Amino acid sequence: MAAESRFDVAGTPVFDGQTSRRGFRMNKLFMSLRFAENRERFGADEGAYCDQFGLTPEQRTAVLDRDWQAMIDLGGSIFYVYKLAMMDGRSMQYLGGVFTGMTEEEFVAAMRAGGRSGG
Amino acid sequence: MAEVIWGLATSHVPSIGAAMDRGKTEDPNWKALFDGYRPAREWLAEHKPDVAIVIYNDHANGIDLDIVPTFGIGTADRYDVADEGFGRRPVPDVIGDPELSLHLLESLVDEGFDLTVFQELDVDHGFTVPLSVWTPDPGDSWPCPVVPLLVNVIQYPQPTAARCYALGQALGRAIASYGKDVKVGILGTGGMSHQLAGARAGFINAEFDRMFMEAIESDPAKLAALSREELIREAGSEGIEMIMWLIMRGAMNERVRKVHSHYFVPASNTAAGLALFDNRP
Repeated sequence: MAAESRFDVAGTPVFDGQTSRRGFRMNKLFMSLRFAENRERFGADEGAYCDQFGLTPEQRTAVLDRDWQAMIDLGGSIFYVYKLAMMDGRSMQYLGGVFTGMTEEEFVAAMRAGGRSGG
Repeated sequence: MAEVIWGLATSHVPSIGAAMDRGKTEDPNWKALFDGYRPAREWLAEHKPDVAIVIYNDHANGIDLDIVPTFGIGTADRYDVADEGFGRRPVPDVIGDPELSLHLLESLVDEGFDLTVFQELDVDHGFTVPLSVWTPDPGDSWPCPVVPLLVNVIQYPQPTAARCYALGQALGRAIASYGKDVKVGILGTGGMSHQLAGARAGFINAEFDRMFMEAIESDPAKLAALSREELIREAGSEGIEMIMWLIMRGAMNERVRKVHSHYFVPASNTAAGLALFDNRP
């Protein structure tokens, strides 16, 4: 995948220009969730909201399914994806767990133990 | 002639601000971080500048991906605190210094740094958390007017470390040529090592952070030679934001005196670092 291949650093997506182009509409959707009225509209009909922003079918499915890894793979910037996570009451540690195959509790414990050094 | 009196490098992790806003600084998971800030805060309280410059990046709050300025400067007389989704931080809005901003802009453009101009800008945690690290209880207003200097660190290609260091050196000259006799504090924000996404999420590299903390004081040119790939490999995909420390350092004298430094893991997913330098050793 392009996001992984820019540098030879395993497990490290690089949010570059092509990734940003791919995720542009989806990141715009995430950015809109800063406003309560948009969160309400999104909550009322998530699919319609995705369509209004022009997401691809894959991005739409990723958003509706809360497939966080797919959102990153399909061009999401973590800072933008996080807007949706916050809306769902999810923390960055929860997302860290998703990306690394851990529960949120396990991820928090790994951070408190000094962080993850592997790579 | 204006003079830089100090430089403060500090992480800008949102949870540091949230811990302060929610009165959790004595919580066992946070106490060591905030205890470590105390000597720096005490020294800063006795060395108040007339104006400060905060070098930071926005996180999808003040600007989006429609326009991605590599470097930008705020020229407004006021910057509101951004609502990042669930209410703004309970901290004062920021008073700017448009006269200084416009002087810096002209000087930097003359030196070949073509900054994007922000006449309107809401500032997010990347900006307000460093202000809180400096001044935990600002009351109704921050200690002085503040000028925002923005850096793109979230979309590749970020400016190189060398370019950031050179911008800092030009910033130092721009401050020195300012007609007003004012004292300036500079905050370089971000870092230290961390990575938020990917299978390597949670990555911390204490050894690299220790090296960076020492070299930012004594050998910044060594850090300016780091490539983006080296920074991402050694500090994580988000740790590359430490290039903003080099802008601060470049604006300071060749020799500085470290007042205090502190390192703490984890501030949520991040290694939190603070380093305070006196520019008049």
